[in-house]
Amino acid sequence: MNELIRLLAYMLGLAAFLGLNLAYLGWVERKGAGHIQRRTGPKDVGPYGLLQPLADGLKLMSKQLLIPANADRPLYMCAPILIMVPAVLLFVAIPFGEHLVPREFNFGLIMMFAFASVGGLSILIGGWGSGNKYSLIAGTRAVSQNVAYEIPMLITAINIVMITGSMDLNEIVRQQGSYFWQWNVFRLDKSILMPVSFLVFFICSLAETNRTPFDLGECEGELVAGYHTEYGGMGFGLFMMAEYANLVIGCSLTTILFLGGWQCPFGLFPGPHWFLIKMYFLIWCFVWIRWTYPRTTFWGLLNLSWKYLIPFSLVNLLLTALFIKVF
Amino acid sequence: MSGYIKDIITGLKSLVVGLQITNKEFLTKPITLQYPHQSVKMYPRYRGHIELLKDTETGTHRCITCGMCEKGCPSGSITVKSEKRPGVKGKVLTAYILNFTTCSLCGQCVENCKPEAIGFSNEYNLASTRREDYIFDLLQRLHPEGVPEPEVDPELLKKELEKKEAAKKEGAAKKEPAKKAPAKEGGASKAEEKS
Amino acid sequence: MSTLAQSQLRETFELNIGPQHPATHGVLRIKVVMDGEYIDRAEPILGYIHRMHEKMGENRTWNQFWPNMGRLDYLSAIAYNHCYAGLVERAMGIVVPERAEYIRVITAELNRIQSHLLGFGAYIMDLGGFTPLMYAMDEREQILDLLESVTGSRLTYCYFRFGGVYNDIDDDFITGTRAFLKRFRPQIPMYHKLVTGNVILMDRLIGVGPVSAELCRKYGATGPVLRGSGVNYDIRRNEPYSVYPELDFDIPVYKECDSMARYMVRMDEMVQSCRIIEQALNKLPEGPVMAEKVPKSLKPPKGDYHYAVEAARGTFSMRTVSDGTNTSYRMRLRSPTYSNVSLFEEASRGMLLSDALAFLGSLDPVIPEMDR
Repeated sequence: MNELIRLLAYMLGLAAFLGLNLAYLGWVERKGAGHIQRRTGPKDVGPYGLLQPLADGLKLMSKQLLIPANADRPLYMCAPILIMVPAVLLFVAIPFGEHLVPREFNFGLIMMFAFASVGGLSILIGGWGSGNKYSLIAGTRAVSQNVAYEIPMLITAINIVMITGSMDLNEIVRQQGSYFWQWNVFRLDKSILMPVSFLVFFICSLAETNRTPFDLGECEGELVAGYHTEYGGMGFGLFMMAEYANLVIGCSLTTILFLGGWQCPFGLFPGPHWFLIKMYFLIWCFVWIRWTYPRTTFWGLLNLSWKYLIPFSLVNLLLTALFIKVF
Repeated sequence: MSGYIKDIITGLKSLVVGLQITNKEFLTKPITLQYPHQSVKMYPRYRGHIELLKDTETGTHRCITCGMCEKGCPSGSITVKSEKRPGVKGKVLTAYILNFTTCSLCGQCVENCKPEAIGFSNEYNLASTRREDYIFDLLQRLHPEGVPEPEVDPELLKKELEKKEAAKKEGAAKKEPAKKAPAKEGGASKAEEKS
Repeated sequence: MSTLAQSQLRETFELNIGPQHPATHGVLRIKVVMDGEYIDRAEPILGYIHRMHEKMGENRTWNQFWPNMGRLDYLSAIAYNHCYAGLVERAMGIVVPERAEYIRVITAELNRIQSHLLGFGAYIMDLGGFTPLMYAMDEREQILDLLESVTGSRLTYCYFRFGGVYNDIDDDFITGTRAFLKRFRPQIPMYHKLVTGNVILMDRLIGVGPVSAELCRKYGATGPVLRGSGVNYDIRRNEPYSVYPELDFDIPVYKECDSMARYMVRMDEMVQSCRIIEQALNKLPEGPVMAEKVPKSLKPPKGDYHYAVEAARGTFSMRTVSDGTNTSYRMRLRSPTYSNVSLFEEASRGMLLSDALAFLGSLDPVIPEMDR
């Protein structure tokens, strides 16, 4: 009975957290973009534009859902749902605080990566099901990008698993000590290339969530709007929300694996507030990067992964193994 | 191998420099002018649609209805309507129609106007849902309270009336010999036919 | 394998980069036959904004043709004004006062900076970086405010007249321009740091869209396209007009022939325009701004006249055949974008689609000028 109440409470809490985040990350992005570009972002709807996501949501819900004539109906209608579900599901395993985990899985890390791959598949389904040449091209590009960047991500995660000895996310955070030099990113005693590892993982998160400079799948200037060209109204809304949900998952994973999760940098008051601070700092970095850099070419993207990130992560893996064995 | 590493380092450095620049811009104040709440600074030479200028001495316009603006307009946007009133020198402007939907603000009309009766206005706030709202009558816009009647010059009026009388008498005098002349000519032709 | 089997294996599909597209700088339609990601054949289709300016030249008097000059290449309208004014002045033998010539050069160079800023901003936006566009727009707004205080318009200028300019500049304009130059000069190194040195952008621009000097000569491409391919040809030096011979400036020429070279030519041209404006402001003489005794109803003597200027996109020239009446018999406008975009068909064979669009952006086309 207790367990049931606990689960219900967590579900409600997560739903609220998720809903607020998905709506207001759009606001953060637009305001950030505005101030970087010497202008204000949304300002008129509510104080500081805070009611803008509400207005956007109402607008999207009031639009007509058109299905193009030569679209594949089951695929077309499945894709937005299929992209949203894994992202939402993954919140079950994330440790917000020491005892604030909905459910501790001892294979938490693997579960994360497994469900993230489903997200990549649903982009292809969306692109194919639209019946539009542009969307198909964009969908295939997005899949090949997803596959190429999962590899360095997984290899870097194996590093962490080797250091920690467990795939349980809460355990990984516990093993990183309280002070910030004990966080995984600075643990040079485990491997001298740990900061590089962090950078590799960060870049892979950028690519996995389809953010600029790796957003060839979605907001092309070249191919109109990529895999969600044919979606209107709430279908498009679901794609956008799924992108932000993936963003939150990616940043939380980076925080947990490298930045010490809910640990405080000076050992004072660990708790979920530190987790949120670090996560939002990383999200701000994502937004900052988006509005600074142009898009890479497709070949440049694949080159970066196969020729730079994968060699680095493999070298790092070997070094970590060496250090663990020797020291 | 060293080229590979060097590439990576210069690449990363350029990325960090870019981030520094956007960070600096993020921390500076935005330059947006919040338009409906703040108004835009208008320059005196701004080219809005043309308007009839009010002469400070006479209190009305200076247009002499020569029509040079109408002839000079490349798009044919101007129509000048005028009529002759008794006792007033020259023609009186009754309507000055500007079709702003075809005006390209080139300034030929303003340049060609000798008495400098028209000039550019400063209006930029023109928004409407109907095409008819853009057919301006500049005379109405100059005198929204009512177009003042032009001054009647009594001497000129007397001269015109005298001219009219003189012309009437001439016309009457011409008619009578004209009546006889066709009768004579008709008689002559008949006489020719007979002979 | 036999060639029949090979061609059956290679499936091509046709893609329409339609008239409505964020990256074609206007209404340009390109029918592209693609082999996977590579372009097999590209066919630009023009005419979506053909407004018959040359025919209007035959039906309007010389004075009535002025508004057309602002609407061809709306970003570089003052250069077009300059060409038309120079053409009729050459035909009628009108001498323009010195002050008017200097004012013409100052406004023309301000216009060139503004056009290159927009071209640069829109190009980087096509490639995915939205921020440099906003910074470029900020500087451009300052220039537009300056030009508005003098001419009255922000975009489609109708400021020059035969024999000079419409109205004189005042001290506010001169101080404003000097202040603008002082603010603008440090911004260009900032753009180079933010954009040009960025490794992602260098990867996108270097080696993309190689256009050799022979190809440029074949299609008659001019302007930054030609100067990015190593040919030092600029109307301001090769066929000098107005007061350019008295001003000291360099012509940037890059030999690499790729998109990066064309982009760098434009950035350097902005710096050189700043130099020109400063010198012209220092040398500005006093005097009238309009020649005396210019007849209201112009009737140039019979004959064939020609005048060329360096617009922001290349060589813009006009040729008119006058038959002694108050309208011209034939008005021919040679637009630089038409020749530049005709390079696209031959140069884009075998390119990737995203590279081809980056190449099109580096040619800096303005489609209303191409279609006239």
